[in-house]
Amino acid sequence: MTPAPETPVTARSAALALGDDALVLSHRLGEWAGHAPALEEEVALANIALDLLGQARVLLSMVGDEDELAYLREERAFRNLQLVEQPNGDFAHTIVRQLYFSTYQHLLYAQLAAGDGPFAPLAAKAVKEVAYHRDHAEQWTLRLGDGTDVSHERMRRACDALWRFTGEMFQPVEGLDADWAGMEADWLKSVGAVLGRATLAVPEGPRTGAWSAGAGRQGLHTEPFGRMLAEMQHLHRSHPGASW
Amino acid sequence: MATAAAQSTSRSPASGAQGTVDTAVYERTFDAAVAADERIEPRDWMPDAYRATLIRQIAQHAHSEIIGMQPEANWITRAPSLRRKAILMAKVQDEAGHGLYLYSAAETLGTSREELLDKLHSGRQKYSSIFNYPTLTWADVGAIGWLVDGAAITNQVPLCRCSYGPYARAMVRICKEESFHQRQGYELLHALSRGTPEQHAMAQDAVDRWWWPSLMMFGPPDDESQHSAQSMAWKIKRHSNDELRQRFVDICVPQAESLGLTLPDPDLRWNEEHGHHDFGTIDWSEFWEVLKGNGPCNEQRITQRRRAHDEGAWVREAAAAHAAKHTAGTRPGGTGGAQA
Repeated sequence: MTPAPETPVTARSAALALGDDALVLSHRLGEWAGHAPALEEEVALANIALDLLGQARVLLSMVGDEDELAYLREERAFRNLQLVEQPNGDFAHTIVRQLYFSTYQHLLYAQLAAGDGPFAPLAAKAVKEVAYHRDHAEQWTLRLGDGTDVSHERMRRACDALWRFTGEMFQPVEGLDADWAGMEADWLKSVGAVLGRATLAVPEGPRTGAWSAGAGRQGLHTEPFGRMLAEMQHLHRSHPGASW
Repeated sequence: MATAAAQSTSRSPASGAQGTVDTAVYERTFDAAVAADERIEPRDWMPDAYRATLIRQIAQHAHSEIIGMQPEANWITRAPSLRRKAILMAKVQDEAGHGLYLYSAAETLGTSREELLDKLHSGRQKYSSIFNYPTLTWADVGAIGWLVDGAAITNQVPLCRCSYGPYARAMVRICKEESFHQRQGYELLHALSRGTPEQHAMAQDAVDRWWWPSLMMFGPPDDESQHSAQSMAWKIKRHSNDELRQRFVDICVPQAESLGLTLPDPDLRWNEEHGHHDFGTIDWSEFWEVLKGNGPCNEQRITQRRRAHDEGAWVREAAAAHAAKHTAGTRPGGTGGAQA
């Protein structure tokens, strides 16, 4: 594949990491189409998925051909966080995944937008989209956490189940100039406050482990990811060299 | 329209005239408004049967948008390029939006979205029979855009002049987006048709499978259409099923040629005398079977819709419970609660 020459070499691995996050989460949200709990959520989830796909296309194009990168890499070459590849589960799982990720993405893009690095133009546009994603996730966290006993319990389980994937977000990414420790502190504060307002406890489990810390960024993924890629890439791979 | 607004008081039983003017006067005013091509608005008096017909038609239209998401969403996760994936996601999102407009239009007639969804889920209201066909290849996404959306537009553009205002206005917005989808579908097929031999074959196969079901979208022949005469008299409908079907065939033939694809009808030919294309006989037995619930995907479509609704019940209940708690808290004198 041909790297886009204008992107500095050090920025390419960062573009791949951020692009893969957006691509993979967009794909997961796309799986909701036709299955959402209300028509308004069909619109909202598709909207978020589209924003993320748009970001992914810009970021992957900074590295090379977007379709070659999306459809012809194998699992071990993807650099996304393990968090975003997690299956949708129930609506609570999807919302918690959104809460954890969009809070992180919003903090990161706000920093990148304020800087003058190669990601500043993308981040300046994306940070507005991501602010909306974050608001959507926070509002649903409040509704579900502080809704019924059933929704509260489902949220509790989802918060716990996804907690262990959150440490990876703050492992520094090569080529990204950001205050990782400061971001992590802000993230913990913000997510903790939202969970508190939603009457949910901040999970107690570990956020980093020998396996999960930084694993996705190194191409070490969880099992559901391979199947996701098999579905995503099947048609493209079946017609080598074709254009669509 | 200013005149319609001014006259709406005289057509409205709520205007104070109630009890002193008998139904015959309302009926004459309604008929005169329809005859003068004025829009009937939600607060105007209207015959019960007009209201019932509109609820049935708008609901069926809304249901079709919602069920119609399924055959296309079936390909979102397998779309072969990121550009195509974005286009498809945006389209499926638009369809959910169209469903929302249409349920709102139906609600102006005194029903509710919940009630209409319940009728869809229990099979008491229908959706377009076209969505009971499966999307078996990527090219089906293009065939749906070109043929199914094309047929829908041919049907729906005249509805922009429908006598019921909220429906007509919803159709103006919907038709704009549908035309865009239709062009994208055509462009998708065009790319396949000019692509590799395998892609061309995929496109032709999709058109072969979707052509006849698309012609069935215009409904039964005029002499078997039970609602047509009344709907045309009320100016809900402006053209007959067969007229619209003919118009669609005439539009599609040159488009198929420029796509480099054939339409699966050996009897299709230009008729110099009539200035239209003659075409073969539709298999109406298939149409009625699909309508009765015996099409290839009827069971699957409604099961998925019901499952999404049932599995989402706890989410909707949580939202309602949360709103109830926090609405109470924001009342004057209430304690706490987020003030917007």
